Amino acid sequence: MASAAGWGKDVAEGGEGLRAQLNQRRPIPLQAELSAAPGELVALVGPSGSGKSTLLRCLAGLYRAAGGWIAVNGETWFDSAQRLFRSPQERRCGLVFQHYALFPHLSARDNVAAALGHLPRSERRARAEQLLAMVHLAGLEHRPPGALSGGQQQRVALARALAREPRVLLLDEPFSAVDQVTRRKLQRELAQLRRLLGIPIVLVTHDLEEAAALADRMVILHQGRSLQEGPPREVLTRPNSAAVARLVDLRNLYSGEIVEQRPDQGFTLLRWGERVLEARHRPEFRPGQAVSWVIPPGSVILHRRDRPSRGERENPVEATVAEMVELGETCSLELRTQAPQASAISLALPTHVARRNGLAPGEAVRVSLLADAIHLMEHDPMVE
Amino acid sequence: MDWQAFSLSLELAAWTTLVLLPLALLAARALAWHRFPGQSLVQALIALPLLLPPTVLGFYLLSAFGSGTWLGRAYEAVFGGSLVFTFEGLLLASIIFNIPFAVQPMQRGFEAVSREVREAAWCSGMSAWKTFLRIELPLAWPGILSALVLTFAHTLGEFGVVLMVGGNIPGETRTIAIAIYDRVQAFDEPAAAIMAATLLGFSLAAIALVHGLSGRVGQGRG
Repeated sequence: MASAAGWGKDVAEGGEGLRAQLNQRRPIPLQAELSAAPGELVALVGPSGSGKSTLLRCLAGLYRAAGGWIAVNGETWFDSAQRLFRSPQERRCGLVFQHYALFPHLSARDNVAAALGHLPRSERRARAEQLLAMVHLAGLEHRPPGALSGGQQQRVALARALAREPRVLLLDEPFSAVDQVTRRKLQRELAQLRRLLGIPIVLVTHDLEEAAALADRMVILHQGRSLQEGPPREVLTRPNSAAVARLVDLRNLYSGEIVEQRPDQGFTLLRWGERVLEARHRPEFRPGQAVSWVIPPGSVILHRRDRPSRGERENPVEATVAEMVELGETCSLELRTQAPQASAISLALPTHVARRNGLAPGEAVRVSLLADAIHLMEHDPMVE
Repeated sequence: MDWQAFSLSLELAAWTTLVLLPLALLAARALAWHRFPGQSLVQALIALPLLLPPTVLGFYLLSAFGSGTWLGRAYEAVFGGSLVFTFEGLLLASIIFNIPFAVQPMQRGFEAVSREVREAAWCSGMSAWKTFLRIELPLAWPGILSALVLTFAHTLGEFGVVLMVGGNIPGETRTIAIAIYDRVQAFDEPAAAIMAATLLGFSLAAIALVHGLSGRVGQGRG
C-alpha cells in the first residue's frame, strides 16, 4: 500500500478511521497494511488461504498477531511494541461472521439485544426492535435463527454487529452463504446502509465483482501480504505486478520490451514478439527494458467485418478464434495470434455481437488492443 | 425397606453431584475447546473408571485412604478423622468413580457450542462470564443435564467401591445397594425385592428424564 508506507505510527494514530499494520511469520504469515476512512468501504480480496480472514480476526481482537499495531479514531487497539492488546469486548467493533454465528437459542430480538449491554436494561428491547426494523426484519423479532432464511439470518447478524454502535464494521464474506437473488438484494442494502453509518467498513471477499461493485478501495492480499491497494477500477485494470494481474484474473498477461518513449504523442512503444504496439505513456521505463504487460479483456475490440471503422488502426492484431464459450448474454472468446508467436488473447463480447459477426472456432478475426488500456509493469520472469 | 440406607444413598448422590458439577464443568469445557499436550492421556484417565472393575478401584482407594499414606495422614491432620469406613471417604471415592459420568456428557455438550458463536458473543461486548451464563450454559445444557442425572443415578446404585471403601456401617456407609446385598445374605428376600424395585424405578425415571428433557431443550430453544 503505497499511501500507507510513509506513516509514522504516531501520525497514524491521530487519524480518523481505521489504520493497521500487522506482521508475523508464523503460524500464518502476515505482512499487511490497511486503512479505511470513516464512511469508506474497503474490500480485502484474495484467494482462500491468503490471510483475509486472519487479518479481519486481528482487527476484531479474536487473533493476536506477533507484531504491528491497530488504531481506530486515534485509539490504539493493539500495539505489539507496547504489549497492548484490547480484548474484543473493549474494541467496539462489529463483526458479521461468514456463517453469521447467531445465538441459536435466542430470538432475533434477543440476539440483537445481547449486544446492547451498554444500554440500560429497559431500553434494550426497543433499541433491538429498531435495529431489526432498519434491516427490514420488523415482524420477525420473535423467531429463532433456525426459523429464518439465510438472508434473514444475515440481516440479524448485521443488526447485532451494529447494535454496539461500533467504530468499525467488519464483514467476513457476508454474502457467500445466500442465493444470488438474495445476495444482490443484500448488497444493494449494504450500499445504502453504509451512507447512514459513516464508519469504516472492511469487507472480506474472494469475489472480484462484489469488491468492484461495493468497495471504494480494494486491497489485494496474497499469502498474508497486501500487494496492492486502490480504487477497484484501477486495481482491476492497472495491477502493479504480474502477481496481482493473476490474482485479479487478468489473463491477457504478456512479456515485452520497451522500444521507445513518445511523450509528445502520449504513448510508449512496446515490442510484443513480431509486433510493435502503442501503449499508454509510462516515462519510468527506459528503451530496451524488458516488461510485463496486461490488457483487460474489455479493451480488446473486435473489428466488424461489414463496416470497418476509424479505430482499427490502433494496435491491430490478426488472430483466429481458438475457443468460444457462450455464457448466456455474454460470450467468452479465446483468440490465438498467428504463428510463430501464437499468444492467447481473451475477450468477452455480448453473444448477439459474436453471432452477428459470424464468429466460430477456426474463423480469422481482427482486433484492436486499445493503447490506453495497455498497462506496463515490472518484468516478471514467470510471464511468457 | 431400609429407609436409613435409602436416605444415605440419596445424600451421597446429592453431594457427589454437587461437588462434581463445578469441577466437571471446568474440565469438560477445557477438554472441549482447548488442545494441550497430554490431552489424550487426560481423556483416557477420565474414562478409566468406566472400564476398571469397581473392586479394583475400591482397593486402590482403600490403600490410598489408609492412615499410613500421605493422603490419609493429611486428612486426619486437617479434619481429625479417617477416610476409611466413613461417609467422607465414601463421598471422595464416589466423586472419583463418577468423573467420567459427569465429564463426558458435559464435554459433548460444550463441543456442540461452536467457537464462532462464542466469538460472536465476545464481539457483542459480552464478558467471558456473561458468555458462559447466557450462551455456553444454555447451549450445552442437554449435556450438562445428562451428566447430572447420570451421576446421581449411578451413585445411587454403586456397590463395589462402596463396599471396599465404606464397608457396611448403618447410618454411615450402608447405602441402599449394600442394604440389598445385606438382606439377601440374611435370606430376607422380600425386603431386598422392595429395595431393588425402588432402585430399578429410580434408574428408569432418571433415564426417561435425561432423554425427555434433553430432547425438549434441544427443540424448544433451538
